[in-house]
Amino acid sequence: MSWILPPGASTFAGDIDFLYYVILVITGIAFVVVEVGLLVFAIKYRARPGRKAQYIEGSIKAEIIWTAVPAVTLVIIGLMSGGVWNHIKGRNSIPPNAIPYEVHVKQFEWNFTYRGPDGQLGTSDDFIVRNQLHIPVNRPVELQLIAEDVIHSFFVPAFRVKQDAVPGMDIRVWFEATKVGEYEIACAELCGLGHYRMRARVFVHSAEDYQQWLSDRAAAADEE
Amino acid sequence: MATSAVSLEPAAHVEAHELSFLRKYIFSTDHKIIGIQFLLMSFVFLLFGGLMAMMIRWQLGFPERPLPAGQLLPETMAPGGILLPEFYNSLVTMHGTIMVFFAIMPLLVGVFGNYLIPLKLGAPDMAFPRLNMASFWIAFSAGILMMAGFFVEGGHAAAGWTAYAPLSADPEWTGVSGGQQIWLLSIAILGLASIMGALNYITTVVNLRAPGMTWFRMPLSIWALFVTAILVLLAIPILSGAAIMLFFDQTIGTHFFDWTDGGQVILWQHLFWYFGHPEVYILILPAMGMVSDIIANGSRKPVFGYHSMVFALISIAFLGWVVWGHHMFQSGMNPTLGMTFMISTMIIAVPSAIKVFNWMGTMWRGNIRFHVPMLHSVGFVAMFVIGGLSGIFMASTPVDIYIHDTYFIVAHIHYVLFGGSLFAIFAAVTYWYPKMFGRMMNSTVGKVHFWLTFLFYNMTFFPMHDLGIAGHMRRIYDPSQYEFLQPLAPLNRFITVSALLLFTVQILFAANFIMSWFKGKKAGENPWEANGLEWTVASPPPHGNFAKVPTVYRGPYEYSSPLVEEDFLMQTRKLASDVDPAAAGP
Amino acid sequence: MRRFWVTSCLFAFLGCGGGDGGSGGGGGAAETAPLGNASISGMVMFSGDAPANPAIDMSEEPECAAKHTDGPTNPIVSVTDGHLANVFVRVVGGLPGGPYPVPSEPATIDQNGCLYVPRVVGVMVGQTLAITNSDPLLHNIKAVPTENRLFNISQPRAGMTSNRIFTAPEIMVPFECSVHGWMNAYAGVVEHPYFAVSGADGSFTISGLPAGTYQVEAWHETLGTQSGDVTVEADGSATLTFTFGG
Repeated sequence: MSWILPPGASTFAGDIDFLYYVILVITGIAFVVVEVGLLVFAIKYRARPGRKAQYIEGSIKAEIIWTAVPAVTLVIIGLMSGGVWNHIKGRNSIPPNAIPYEVHVKQFEWNFTYRGPDGQLGTSDDFIVRNQLHIPVNRPVELQLIAEDVIHSFFVPAFRVKQDAVPGMDIRVWFEATKVGEYEIACAELCGLGHYRMRARVFVHSAEDYQQWLSDRAAAADEE
Repeated sequence: MATSAVSLEPAAHVEAHELSFLRKYIFSTDHKIIGIQFLLMSFVFLLFGGLMAMMIRWQLGFPERPLPAGQLLPETMAPGGILLPEFYNSLVTMHGTIMVFFAIMPLLVGVFGNYLIPLKLGAPDMAFPRLNMASFWIAFSAGILMMAGFFVEGGHAAAGWTAYAPLSADPEWTGVSGGQQIWLLSIAILGLASIMGALNYITTVVNLRAPGMTWFRMPLSIWALFVTAILVLLAIPILSGAAIMLFFDQTIGTHFFDWTDGGQVILWQHLFWYFGHPEVYILILPAMGMVSDIIANGSRKPVFGYHSMVFALISIAFLGWVVWGHHMFQSGMNPTLGMTFMISTMIIAVPSAIKVFNWMGTMWRGNIRFHVPMLHSVGFVAMFVIGGLSGIFMASTPVDIYIHDTYFIVAHIHYVLFGGSLFAIFAAVTYWYPKMFGRMMNSTVGKVHFWLTFLFYNMTFFPMHDLGIAGHMRRIYDPSQYEFLQPLAPLNRFITVSALLLFTVQILFAANFIMSWFKGKKAGENPWEANGLEWTVASPPPHGNFAKVPTVYRGPYEYSSPLVEEDFLMQTRKLASDVDPAAAGP
Repeated sequence: MRRFWVTSCLFAFLGCGGGDGGSGGGGGAAETAPLGNASISGMVMFSGDAPANPAIDMSEEPECAAKHTDGPTNPIVSVTDGHLANVFVRVVGGLPGGPYPVPSEPATIDQNGCLYVPRVVGVMVGQTLAITNSDPLLHNIKAVPTENRLFNISQPRAGMTSNRIFTAPEIMVPFECSVHGWMNAYAGVVEHPYFAVSGADGSFTISGLPAGTYQVEAWHETLGTQSGDVTVEADGSATLTFTFGG
């Protein structure tokens, strides 16, 4: 039982995890103050023969303190969060050199369209791989999510990436993987009976392995 | 009485005619009977909702094992007693739907709004007693209709209690058509009942307060119910409208949410959550109000910061209208809205924090009696604060990227709705039971029920935060499909066992409730030594409540007042130093 | 009291089950009582070079991939030595009027190796179609017919059977699996029992016919529909050949 986040593998993880731990510490302190306070009051002020409660109606000073302190704290958390949000999800946040992919999302599969050797999406050498996303490490990638039936959500826990795919909307999500390896993609929006099995995998390759994979794929496509 | 509205004059016909059993107990216009009708109906739905939760947890804890008595279920739901994924989705949908709309909302608003408002304000009944009766029977009909959805071909609605389009709009995606349509109709009909109730509550609070009952002498339970009624009046029509639009998309060929024909998919989410966020405050404010009354009574002290508490209630209700987008941060809506909704969401945490500190302040330097309602109320504060604090994580939009649609959210929901609302309901039912039924609930059984519930409740829901932090998604029939979720199977099993124990332990409450009705110790007028007007009349009160219009001399929380020997001072007790109010009204 | 009656009614309903799909076949007669003893046997040919069927990427479904020794392909046009399989052949004219007894034996369709097997199946109106899963993983059987009620059901484990009954004739009811986008099947729902599906060798037989002249139609999912006429004597047999082009 742990409140520690699993290891992150993208450039977003640092910022998001930091915010999470800041909030964890702040809420942890508030939690301890309130729960211990309740416990102490329950014990210390329990009814005993001969005791009387003190007739206190309130305290303006207390109200000001416990309004201002939470308010200031929360506004600070909000401001800290704003910059990170803008960097990840802002309309103009997608790096211009991001490698583009199309993802056709449907009940209950992810069909990733690769731009093929000519480096252009939407040309005849594009190819599709079902439920496998291959990307190079340390390069930003941009996925255009095209939902074909209902709302799905592209979620890669290791990358701290989540974005709903909505039919009829042009939705882009970008990220940059920082560690070579294999990671799972899950659907994070109830999309029907197969929602629980709408799983795909991301393969993060070194630059050379990525090129190799691409050319192997192109060669296999030629054979067909 | 020929007019439909009720005046402050004591009901002259209180003893005049004996009503038939049907008119007295079934089609009653007496707010107290209607409140009890809502109570019984809601408990039945609470049981159904809980059973569904047990089935969901069984699947998550023991996925290969047939459900106990699972062979009773038809092949379309659970062949060989093992749930099908589509039925699991339906259970998840219906658990949420039934708990929100047919258990918690009627328990808080239907039961206590009805029962307490006239009594605590010194009125003989609601402003519109026949409208009140209609609102119960319409709600009841909506409930029957909702249950019928289980028996239609294709099964019941399975798109979540949030019913996002297009999953909910086109039967092709789920195989469900009749079930979703029944769901929509039932919600619209229930909405009608809620709106009627809200009209009644607001009118009664504005117009039927006894002489001397100024706005700032009203108990916080009534303030909360009043503010809630305003939220209901404004929010429910939006849900009804959206439900009707979706119903039309399903049945008569409109395309409100159909992107292939000019509609907008996320319009549904905006409409639903514009209702949905005020709705969650509807589900907590009455609980907060009643807990305030009970904590003051248990602590034998005034509520700390009464005026702040009132303003906090109003702020929460007001701000609740501008935070709905926090349910939609990852929805694809303009990311700038992520910023604006984050700020408003952070701000709305403040009045809730104020309330928590004021409850603590009420207990501070008190002389605390830990009767069963007080135990549950302190439990409420302890659990609600966890739910509130977990909300801060999701208010931060970047952190929400990770935890949205995971079990972290499920933990949050249940800490505020169960740890919050349901504990408050246990407190309130136990507290006002003697007034409703003339008998006390058994205190020892009540204490055992509280402690076991508190224990198993935290064992069930606290670990869900961990599941969420590990990335465990919501509404997932079989987490073992994902390698990163397989190590969480033991935790899921632990949660399931705790949930089963939690559910089983509720038998103590049910048994206590039923047995005390017949065998409980008879209750006097004021068993808790409380200050409100309801404690000045018999338990249960006669039809018409007050033989004579009461006069109010002070606020509701004059506990341990220096003016008297006893540690409570009732609102209607006239002291030598008190002056009669000049005229009836505020 | 009121609550008691409502609850009892609810329990009574529960016993009846939640809708269609319970086991058990359609109509009355134990066996199809043939109207006669004549039969039409035939062959479906394919002329020209057989088109290559697309390869299926089963790399993310290892249990299914293991069942295909060569790389799996999607058998859209299934040609063996110039013979075309999976053509749905049925009598469309010349039959005496119905109704025709519905067999209690179900028609069957299986999911094996992440493919519907057979790809094309015939079933009578009111006859049970038993859908089975031989793969140890989730299949989602989705049918979106135009004349019949749509259904969208799951079979998460091997060994499961789901029964469906169609209430109206339809050529053809398309089946999909939403989990495996390449999986397709077609059910021909006919009011009478005089239909068949061509096998891998292209052959088909329709038996139990009275003597007469019949119009016959052959349907393929991509190659279109062909028609032919045939006359049979009582207790006799006649042949019919269809040729689809590439």
